[in-house]
Amino acid sequence: MLHTVNKSSFERNSLQSCVNIIDDTSVILFIEDGVINAANNSKSSMIADLAAAGRVFALQGDVEARGISSKLADNIKLVDYAGFVDLVVEHGTAVSWV
Amino acid sequence: MKFAIQVNEGPYQHQASDTAFQFAKAAIENGHEIMRVFFYHDGVNNASSFTLPPQDDRHVVNNWASLNIKDADGEPELVVCVAAALRRGMLDESEASKNSIEGNNLHPAFRISGLGQLIEAGIQSDRLVVFGD
Repeated sequence: MLHTVNKSSFERNSLQSCVNIIDDTSVILFIEDGVINAANNSKSSMIADLAAAGRVFALQGDVEARGISSKLADNIKLVDYAGFVDLVVEHGTAVSWV
Repeated sequence: MKFAIQVNEGPYQHQASDTAFQFAKAAIENGHEIMRVFFYHDGVNNASSFTLPPQDDRHVVNNWASLNIKDADGEPELVVCVAAALRRGMLDESEASKNSIEGNNLHPAFRISGLGQLIEAGIQSDRLVVFGD
């Protein structure tokens, strides 16, 4: 399963809700303001283990638009829109946390 | 692969419809099919033919139209929820005349239909991706 998160953890609890229920094979993709969660900040520990397992992605255009390319947390994988499409193809059901 | 997309937010206020458009474009460019885009809630505002952004800004409505998403008979598969559309003043010719209202503003690349079209898209596509805010 692919979980997309489009809000910062400093604004909503959607990422925490997602992390609470995510299973062992699913991945997370940060889009829109959700890419704030890909920056190294006081909430990064929430996704550290998932990221270390290679299961956390962020949409590159949204990362660059928010000026956090050089501030990314460890092990975040960047994808473009084609990569976003590939993640949907690869991981079946797409769940949108808004 | 066959994709369906649901857009729940209007243009220019939220990023959702821009993201959905870029996703749809990338899917088509990579050999996938977008069988339907369903515009729900404020998402119906993506279909207004009265949309006139400044010339140096992206034209969200024309962008959607440029994807040319149609069925085998050439009918538009950019589908606008009828209840969401009517309560926001989004009318095609038929709804306008039915309600004795002068003028209509549904872009010809879109069509108005019911919620059943979203359910059908969920069943007939391989993937349904939702964009909202």
